Amino acid sequence: MMNWLETVSLWTIPLLLLIILLHAVVKKVPAYDCFVEGGKDGFQLAVTLIPYLVGMMTAISVFRASGAMDLLLETLKPLLVFLGIPAEIVPLAILRPISGSGALGMASNLIAEYGPDSFIGRLASTMQGSTDTTLYVLTVYFGAAGIRYMGGALKVGLLADLVGIIASIFIVTLVFG
Amino acid sequence: MIHLIWMFMLIAGIVTAMFTGRMEEVTEAIFTGAEEAVVLCFGLISVMVFWLGIMNIMKSSGLLKSFTNMLRPIAVKLFPDVPANHPAMGYILSNISANIMGLGNAATPMGIKAVKELRRLNGDKEEASRSMITLMALNTASLTLIPTTIIAIRMNYGSASPAEIVGTTIFATGCSTIAALCIDRYFYHRKLKKGRI
Repeated sequence: MMNWLETVSLWTIPLLLLIILLHAVVKKVPAYDCFVEGGKDGFQLAVTLIPYLVGMMTAISVFRASGAMDLLLETLKPLLVFLGIPAEIVPLAILRPISGSGALGMASNLIAEYGPDSFIGRLASTMQGSTDTTLYVLTVYFGAAGIRYMGGALKVGLLADLVGIIASIFIVTLVFG
Repeated sequence: MIHLIWMFMLIAGIVTAMFTGRMEEVTEAIFTGAEEAVVLCFGLISVMVFWLGIMNIMKSSGLLKSFTNMLRPIAVKLFPDVPANHPAMGYILSNISANIMGLGNAATPMGIKAVKELRRLNGDKEEASRSMITLMALNTASLTLIPTTIIAIRMNYGSASPAEIVGTTIFATGCSTIAALCIDRYFYHRKLKKGRI
């Protein structure tokens, strides 16, 4: 199983490239020129993102360093534990939609502390792998495209994250519990 | 709403620091946070240039078009506002496929392109359109088949079976994706009923 998975993930990108290039050859498209032409926007796009990400990541790191994050966790913990979320996993569940690097660090800590094959380890892995950082996704995509009013996007993202957390707990308990 | 979260995190952070005596850490956090963001953006340059270049080959050779045609039945249902032949559709589908295949860094530039095209479709307004919100819902839920990063971490910590969480992850990500789409639809129709569109 593991070898098979490893092979798949190692082969995906090169194979994809091969298919795209062979298709270009068949269609007689000047692939290199197209590549250079298309890539021109890339630098601009990445630079456009700087103010948005600097703003967001500064706020997140202030929020964590000041201890306000811990305070929020302590406040929300009783509620989440009451809803059936294991206390050890609560910080990860709350951090997941806010900070990608923070959540990844938290998940690694949980896996290191409880062991990857423990209930908490498996739950942390599932939770970490099953969703993306909502705040980051919205900041990057809407920031780069110059969208200022996000409509209901944040609400939808956060509610879906909540469903993902509940689904993770449910399935990990069912399969490994 | 996002500016409220931003203000809240900063103000709550600074006020909390007054009581916890962590002003020094907060001052440091301001600059490390800013630095991390710039480093991240510079890391994105290579990824963006590369995948946008590849995207352009696919666009010129017509591969993007055939791919869009293949997935049209689903795409039209998910994004009823986008004309099936519009370039936005190609970018949207590439973004979703890249996410499913676990190519997170390819998904980002394609997603940005998609939102830009959708913005043009929406009369260049600075407001998120219905399709943009659907696309964001799909991206934040991030339907993935193989969560590569977490498998690598599990391997690092000596898991007997690093990939055993693939099944549970697919279930969880499937649930949150379906939930995201349903919630998105629900909000849209509620807004429609209230006559706000």
